[in-house]
Amino acid sequence: MKNTVKARKPVSSQSKFIFFCLLPAILMVGMFTFYPFFRGIGMAFQNYTLFDLTDIHFIGLDNFKTIFEQPQFLQALSNSFYWVFVSLIFQFVIGFILALLLKKPFKGRGVYQGFIFYSWAMSGFLIGIIWRWMLNGQIGVINDLLLKVGLIEERIGFLSDPKWSLASVIVANVWYGIAFFAIMLLAALQSIPDDLYESAGIDGANWFHKLFYVTIPYIMPTIIASTLLRVIWIFNFPDIIYAMTNGGPAGSTHILATYMMDKIMFGGDYGQAGAAGVIMIILLAMYTIFYLTATKSGKGADF
Amino acid sequence: MKHRLQSLGISLKVLFLSLFLIVMVFPLYWITITSLKPSDEIFSIPLQYWPAHITFDNFINIFNISNFHIYIMNSLIVSLTASLVVLMIAVLSAYVLARYHFKGNKQIMYAFFLTQMIPAFIGFAPLYIMMSHFGLLNKLYSLMIVYTAGLIPFCTIMLRGFFQRIPSSLEEAAMIDGCSRLSALLRVILPVMLPGIAATFIFAFVQNWNELFLSIMFIDQESSKTIPVAINGFITKFNIDWGPMSAGAVLSVIPTIIIFAFCQKMIVGGLTQGAEKG
Repeated sequence: MKNTVKARKPVSSQSKFIFFCLLPAILMVGMFTFYPFFRGIGMAFQNYTLFDLTDIHFIGLDNFKTIFEQPQFLQALSNSFYWVFVSLIFQFVIGFILALLLKKPFKGRGVYQGFIFYSWAMSGFLIGIIWRWMLNGQIGVINDLLLKVGLIEERIGFLSDPKWSLASVIVANVWYGIAFFAIMLLAALQSIPDDLYESAGIDGANWFHKLFYVTIPYIMPTIIASTLLRVIWIFNFPDIIYAMTNGGPAGSTHILATYMMDKIMFGGDYGQAGAAGVIMIILLAMYTIFYLTATKSGKGADF
Repeated sequence: MKHRLQSLGISLKVLFLSLFLIVMVFPLYWITITSLKPSDEIFSIPLQYWPAHITFDNFINIFNISNFHIYIMNSLIVSLTASLVVLMIAVLSAYVLARYHFKGNKQIMYAFFLTQMIPAFIGFAPLYIMMSHFGLLNKLYSLMIVYTAGLIPFCTIMLRGFFQRIPSSLEEAAMIDGCSRLSALLRVILPVMLPGIAATFIFAFVQNWNELFLSIMFIDQESSKTIPVAINGFITKFNIDWGPMSAGAVLSVIPTIIIFAFCQKMIVGGLTQGAEKG
């Protein structure tokens, strides 16, 4: 905020300018993001189904009671935790290793980055479609490769067998998210001044010391901010699962986000969908507060 | 000893980087190869890792069995319009939020950050009802409106970061020379910010091009379908015809991959810088 223009013209003209510059943004976001959002929360407490729009009325917490009695919802709830944290850990660790390896310039680094970061430009939906094809139980290429290498003796129904389905969609999600961490962490790594390493080297620090006493502490704000945002993002990300299994087989890959989309698009029960949404918000709020207190740093999310 | 360790480290590094390259590129390779195979070869075992006969039948087919040219046009119209509009709106709001102290500045930023965290689909059912009230279901306008609104917060946050990196002396000088606030912004600041604006535009375009759920909800009519809606239509309850599906997937990915190939540096730079400032 150092670059603020000092008021030189009369205040009224300046505040008019501010007002008219902000008006379109606030109107649009208010009307098409916040209004539907609060409306959706309101629906959580209403009997609101597409099949009977004449009978919309307040029913208190009934929608919550109903969904908590559905095994599918409870499974989606526990799946959400695996989906988020297993995906996050692998995305982060692999992305971090990659960023470390890409830190020093080498011949062809730019081209290499292009080839591994391109997934950013693809939609989660398409990535799900492609992985669905590769993981096909009869003619999928991954089965073929595993058979060739000798790791399996029979083809696995990765997406049709509930034992494998959740792990399979998580693998696709890990693949998709590595680039995000690699990009973010690489940018942070490149901002570390070289003399920090030099003086650590003079003090006799080896590679591991440098990693844990120089690199990681220096980029901690980025690590905190990017993992925090990523958890929220993965939690709210139904696209890959929708494309690969649409929650099946037998609900074994539903997470809360896909469960809710399913209620809206195929179930037509806006009330129950809203209830699932409210539970998601509560979980996200609890997580964010817990995470920011545990890391004791507003630095990452400071703006 | 030390020398040996070093060369071991380098070979490990090369090994990891090559393995990773294969893992990242293979899915795109595989869907492309599939789209170039004749349909009997797609479903035959042993799998061909390089098609025995390369054919464009699947691509020709997809234009015959569906109106794919219409879907491409619709996707282009919606994505370009929404990205341009969002840019115009976000430039104004970002500029004001970056440059002026006023009551509510912080609150607006908080509200914009909040939109990035809340699960967007809580609002989908109400949006659907709104669009049906406005009579906009099955019309491309519905998508342009919701895409624009949905991207304003993130693009504002991103552009605000760019504005903050430009010294305000620039427009102060222009205003002393008699420029109005608006023309100082348009004529002096925006040209300096072109890379940031381009990065924001590309980000918005890719997001719009890829959006799935809102378009599935709002659009059901052939003449208004966008590419994701059409591809979603190729998924039937029990089966997918992988010939046209792979061709459709390749076609839909081409524009964003080309954009990415040409502007990779700018996009990555723009996103990470924006994030650092944000």
